[in-house]
Amino acid sequence: MNRIIEKSYFSEKVVKLIVEAPAVAKARKPGHFVIVRTGEGGERIPLTIASADPVAGTIMLVVQAVGESTRKICALEAGDCLTDLVGPLGRATDIKKHEGTVVCCAGGVGIAPLLPIVEAMKKAGNRVVSVIAARSADLIILEDEIRKWSDEVIVMTDDGSAGRKGLVTAGVEEILLREKVSEVVAIGPAVMMKFVALLTKKYEVPTICSLNTIMVDGTGMCGACRVNVGGKMRFVCVDGPEFDAHQVDFDEMIMRMRAYDL
Amino acid sequence: MEDIKTGRDAAWREELRKALSAKERASIPRAKMPQLDAAYRICNNEEVNQGLSDEEAVLEASRCLDCPTPTCVEGCPVGIDIPGFIKNVQRGDIKTAAAVLGRTSALPAVCGRVCPQERQCESRCIYNKMKKEPVAIGYLERFAADKARENNLSPEDAVAAPKGIKIAVVGSGPAGLSFAGDMSRRGFEVHVFEALHEIGGVLKYGIPAFRLPNAIVDAELDNLRRRGVQFHADTVIGRTFGYEDILQMGFKGMFVASGAGLPRFMNIPGENLIGVMSSNEYLTRINLMGAGTAGHDTPAPKGKRVAVVGGGNTAMDSVRTARRMGAEAMIIYRRSEAEMPARLEEVIHAKEEGVQFMTLCNPIEYKGDEKGRVKSVIVQRMELGEPDASGRRSPVPIEGAVEEIPVDLVIVSVGVSPNPLIPSSIEGLEVTKRGTLAVDETLQTSIPVIYAGGDIVRGGATVILAMGDGRQAAASMSKKLLENE
Repeated sequence: MNRIIEKSYFSEKVVKLIVEAPAVAKARKPGHFVIVRTGEGGERIPLTIASADPVAGTIMLVVQAVGESTRKICALEAGDCLTDLVGPLGRATDIKKHEGTVVCCAGGVGIAPLLPIVEAMKKAGNRVVSVIAARSADLIILEDEIRKWSDEVIVMTDDGSAGRKGLVTAGVEEILLREKVSEVVAIGPAVMMKFVALLTKKYEVPTICSLNTIMVDGTGMCGACRVNVGGKMRFVCVDGPEFDAHQVDFDEMIMRMRAYDL
Repeated sequence: MEDIKTGRDAAWREELRKALSAKERASIPRAKMPQLDAAYRICNNEEVNQGLSDEEAVLEASRCLDCPTPTCVEGCPVGIDIPGFIKNVQRGDIKTAAAVLGRTSALPAVCGRVCPQERQCESRCIYNKMKKEPVAIGYLERFAADKARENNLSPEDAVAAPKGIKIAVVGSGPAGLSFAGDMSRRGFEVHVFEALHEIGGVLKYGIPAFRLPNAIVDAELDNLRRRGVQFHADTVIGRTFGYEDILQMGFKGMFVASGAGLPRFMNIPGENLIGVMSSNEYLTRINLMGAGTAGHDTPAPKGKRVAVVGGGNTAMDSVRTARRMGAEAMIIYRRSEAEMPARLEEVIHAKEEGVQFMTLCNPIEYKGDEKGRVKSVIVQRMELGEPDASGRRSPVPIEGAVEEIPVDLVIVSVGVSPNPLIPSSIEGLEVTKRGTLAVDETLQTSIPVIYAGGDIVRGGATVILAMGDGRQAAASMSKKLLENE
């Protein structure tokens, strides 16, 4: 059982939870995720860790209510407990000093897992330009935190209600055109990552994406999360969640994510 | 002491041997396991085998000739004193029968249900040479263990005085549990770390309740808890706690029993279509997560026509589960039935439950609809050729004999690879070419305080072998630790 210490809303359907998880807070690195379960009949669902406070023994999770299980988590209040929380899982992000700029881009709730990577990339001595995007202003989250660790932030919204009007790719392309970029990190909906990958491939800039496939156990046992990366079957939970975005078969992944849609 | 009571020379055993002639014993037909009717059982998850009655068990026990050199014992991977427990069943001393089992088997109620006896103890029974059916050792093991549990006759544990030495166990499957049992009995403080939210490993997520009810596993877990074993769910060693953390927490030894892990796929076209999944995923969703039953959120894989690829116990568990989920279900296996690794009983039960067997068939491709859902499997017909490395005749494709079979769910059950989580997260831990942990004959790894057993060492074996490893590792580790004291 892991107690929720604090809950707040980023928007009607996106909540921020600060959860007690001392061992995870201590062990986690950027890129790691946890699996949580709510209620005795609850589903195991993967959530990326947005940040952690090893002294307080807490981690931050950002959850968007999209299905039954995420709705249940979003309905929990401070003082309630998650029935189970296990992690940190997956492989940590490869953080190093790059010669050129590191572009960190994310869409929607993907901004949450991007945050620790932005911070680590900055602390590693990189010039970091972040592009955060969402449908509208109210879905742009953690902007101040992203700004704190970025040399520059470009905000993009579909409707122009915040930052500039347009897709995340427009912001990324602008940077690619004006400066030497060594690496792009992209986190968000599969279709967004697909188009970022198509764009950066054109510019031949190495690109890392963080995949959020269906999982059951999260430790390599079930294979539900398998993706085709460069023609090889890889498991997101143990081989990922980050992969070379230019090698990922996004179309197949998008198809597989609809496995349990009615 | 027990040996005086149960040894072959004991007066009571001599009397039992004299009471009936060998010929009379041999003329008693082998007990039939009472089982639920197939039409009834495919509508629920109740245990198929109902267990022998007292009378049936005593009669079956009297069939055992109590051989001077019991070859059945040689067929048991952990060397259970088989005639010793059977003769106690015959004289109605369940407590002693359970004590005899308890000396070598940590989970007799489990093994009596899931061991492939026809390939182990029962295959070595003297009756086989007499062209008679072997003594039903597995039925009797289950009988003794169940009776002892139900009547609180389980042998009292002689637990050694606490030694104040902490031991960590990675994984709560059969290897981890038997290790934990033995170490706690020896007076060590045992902590078992389990990655999933439930304790029991494959006994919970893998083997379905119709073959091994959860209550049986829970009773064994309660026994361990009473003895002071502490379980920590939701804890992944190598992730939540690294090896350094384990040392810092004061653990003096660690037993890795993290299981086989990664499901294998066949690397054929269409394998990533929706509706093609591993047996691990299918069974975990249904057994562990309760998918398809009220009050459980995990979605159940739905199929009206289900193909299960493979011929092992996991394949049988999957196909029989599919029947219980209301599907028409078939086994697709590339060799013939004679080469199937599954227990004979599982094959018979599956057939009784209406499972179709497509043997000498190998999937070569899956085809999907416009939404990416599997709609058919293309199979290649096979014939048997020369024996391969496994000693079984190898399947060879028959040229041009290819057919398409409509299916809407495919469960791939062609084996597992070792879970890389532990090997990759502990520096200096030696790994074999197959990815299993390298151990010496005492089950010690390349790091002296770490021992390993079960599928992470064997790469995919049985519950009894995993349990045997747990016992052996406990014996070696405790000897080593006490030497150093």
